[in-house]
Amino acid sequence: MSDMSHPPSLTAPGDPAAPDLAVETESPPVGGRREIVGRSPNQLAWLRLKRDRTARTSALTLVVAALVALCAPLFGWLTGMDPTDKFVDRLNDFGMPIGYAGGISSEHWLGLEPGSGRDIMLQLVYGLRTSLFIALASALLASVIGVAVGVIAGWARGWLDSVVNWLVDLTLAFPFLIFALAVIPILQDRFYTEREAPPPAFRVALIIATFGLFSWTYTARLVRGQVISLREREFVEAARAAGAGTGHILFRQLLPNIWAPILVTVSLNVPQFIAIEAALAFVNIGVTEPTPDLGRMIYNSIGYVASDPWYTLFPGLTIFLLVLAFNLFGDALRDSLDPRSTR
Amino acid sequence: MFRFVVRRLLVAGVTLVVISLVTFGLFFAVPSSPAKVMCGKNCTAADIAQVEQRLGIDQPLPRQYAGFVKGIFVGRTYGSGDFRQDCPAPCLGYSFRNNQPVTEIIAQRLPVTFSIVFGGAVLWLVLGISLGMVSALRRGTVFDRTAIGITLAGASMQVYFFGLILLYLLVYATGLLPFPSYTPLTENPGRWAVGLLLPWMTLGFLNSALYARLSRAQMLETLSEDFVRTARAKGLSARQVHTRHALRAAITPIVTIAGLDIGTSLGGTFITETIFGLQGLGKATVEAVQFLNLPVVMATVLLAAVFIVVANIVVDVLYAVIDPRVRLS
Repeated sequence: MSDMSHPPSLTAPGDPAAPDLAVETESPPVGGRREIVGRSPNQLAWLRLKRDRTARTSALTLVVAALVALCAPLFGWLTGMDPTDKFVDRLNDFGMPIGYAGGISSEHWLGLEPGSGRDIMLQLVYGLRTSLFIALASALLASVIGVAVGVIAGWARGWLDSVVNWLVDLTLAFPFLIFALAVIPILQDRFYTEREAPPPAFRVALIIATFGLFSWTYTARLVRGQVISLREREFVEAARAAGAGTGHILFRQLLPNIWAPILVTVSLNVPQFIAIEAALAFVNIGVTEPTPDLGRMIYNSIGYVASDPWYTLFPGLTIFLLVLAFNLFGDALRDSLDPRSTR
Repeated sequence: MFRFVVRRLLVAGVTLVVISLVTFGLFFAVPSSPAKVMCGKNCTAADIAQVEQRLGIDQPLPRQYAGFVKGIFVGRTYGSGDFRQDCPAPCLGYSFRNNQPVTEIIAQRLPVTFSIVFGGAVLWLVLGISLGMVSALRRGTVFDRTAIGITLAGASMQVYFFGLILLYLLVYATGLLPFPSYTPLTENPGRWAVGLLLPWMTLGFLNSALYARLSRAQMLETLSEDFVRTARAKGLSARQVHTRHALRAAITPIVTIAGLDIGTSLGGTFITETIFGLQGLGKATVEAVQFLNLPVVMATVLLAAVFIVVANIVVDVLYAVIDPRVRLS
C-alpha cells in the first residue's frame, strides 16, 4: 500500500485517505545533523496523544474507573461487605444514617444509603460496573451495525444506498429517549408476566439492544461517505487489478483506512450511553433492583436531597467525572488522529 | 421556495406515517394483553373479552390501525350498545387507567412542558450564544479560558445531577426559591415564572454550555473568513463587523441545532419534570409506561415524533430564509 513517490511530510498525517508513510523531522541532535525518522500516521497520532496532558489525565481516570469496575468483587471481599448488605443498625429511627455527612465512618467510607442502609461505596463500585458494561457494549453494537450498514450502502450504491439513507433519516426522526423509555417495559411484558421477575441480564440485554438499534446512524453515515470517496482511489483499483475479491477490498483495503473516525465516534458514544443509561434508570426504566446502578441511586436520593444531600452527591459526581473523562479523551483522540481539527 | 416547502412537507408526511406504523405495531402487537392489565385480578374471561371489545383490540391489527388513524382525523366510536362511547375528531383513545380521553390528558400536560422548554430555551440561547461570541472575540484572554473550562464541565454535566444540586442549594439550603410548581401563565404570570425558575435554570445553564462551545467555534471560523476582512477593510466599526456580518453568518448552524433541540425537548423533558415533580408531557409518558397504559404511551411517543418532524421542517425553511445558498441547491 505504500508508495515511495510521495514527497515526505506533504500528506497530512492521520488523514484517513493517506495510507502511506509520513515522515516527520525530529529536532536536530547535538551534532547539528538532522536525523530523519520515518513514522506511520498511527505512530504520529500515538505520539501526539502521549504529549497531550488532557489526554493523559483523562485516560488515567478512565483506566482507574475500569479497574475499579472490574475489581468490584475484590472490593466486596476486602471490606467483607456485599452491595446488598443492609446496615440497619447504623440508621436512626427515621431511617437516616447516624453520624456526620451521611454516615461516613472508617467502615463505610462514603456513608450509607438512607432508608435501606446499604453501603454507598460498594453501590458505587458495582454501579460503575453496570454503567461501563452497558455503555461499552452498546457502543460496540452500534458501531458494528453502523460499519456494516455504511460499508454496504457506500459500496453497493443504487437502490440499496437510497434505502439505507431513508432508514437513517427515519431513525433520526424517532424520539429516541422517549421511545426507549416506552419500548423497554413493553417488550419485557411480552416475555415475562407480572409475577415472574425477569432476570437482570434480560433487562440489561434489552437496554443494550435498544441503544444499539437507535445509535448506529451516525457511524453508518460516516462510513458510507468514506467508502464512497475511497472506492475510486488508486489503491482500490490496484487491489482489484491484482484480482482481489470484494470482501478483501472492503475489509482489508478500505476498512483499515477509516478506523480512525470510527474509533473517535465510539469514544464519544460511550459517555452518551453512560448518561442515557443513568437517565433511564433515573425514571425507573433502567436496570432493576438489586443490580446496583448509578442513575437509580440518584433517583432514590431525590426524596433525601433536603436531609442527606451526600446521597445525591456521590453517584452524581461519579457519573459526571466518568462522562467528563470520556468526553475529554474523545476530543483529544480526535485531535491526535486528525491534526487539521482545531479546538 | 414554495416547491421546496411542499417537498419537505411530503417527506415529513411519509415519515410520520411510517413512525406511527412502527409505534403502533410495537405497542399494540407486542404486549401480552392490555385488557388483562386494565381489568385487574377478579376478571372473568367474559369481562376481559368485553373490555377488549370496548377498546377495539379484538379486531385484526390492520383494522385497528385504520381505526386509530380514522379516530385522529374524523373521530370514532368505541364499543356498541350500552358501552357505546363516541370519541370526537382528534381521537387518540382513552386512558386504560381512568378512562380519561387521551387528548384531554395531553391538553392538560402540554402547557407545562411548553412553559418549561420555552423559558429554558430563551435562557440557553441568550446565555450560550452571547457567552460563545464574547469568548471568541476575546480569544485567549482569562475570560475565554474561564468560559472554556466552565462550558467543558457543563457539557458533561447531567440534568438529573445538576437539577438536584440547584434544588438543594436554592430551595433547601438557602430558601431563595420556592419548590417548583406550575401555575398557568394566564392565571398569574408572576407565579408562573417564579414556579418554573428552577427548571429553567437547570435546562438553561446546562444547554448553554453546549451552545457556548458551538457558537465560539463557529464565530472563530467566521472571523477568519475573507468577507469579514473585507468588511473591516471597508472601514466598518468593529461592532458592525461583528454583529451585522460575522454573527449573522455564524448563527446559521446554531439555528439548526436549536430548532432540533427545542423540538426534541417538547416531546418530553421527563427528567426535569421528574426531578421537580411537574406534571408535564414527559412525566405523563413515564407514568403511563409504568402501568402499560398503551393509548397514552402511543400518543405521547407519536406527539414527540411530530415535534421532531415539525422542528425539522421549520429549521429547513428558516435556513433557506437566513442562508440564500441553501435555496439554490
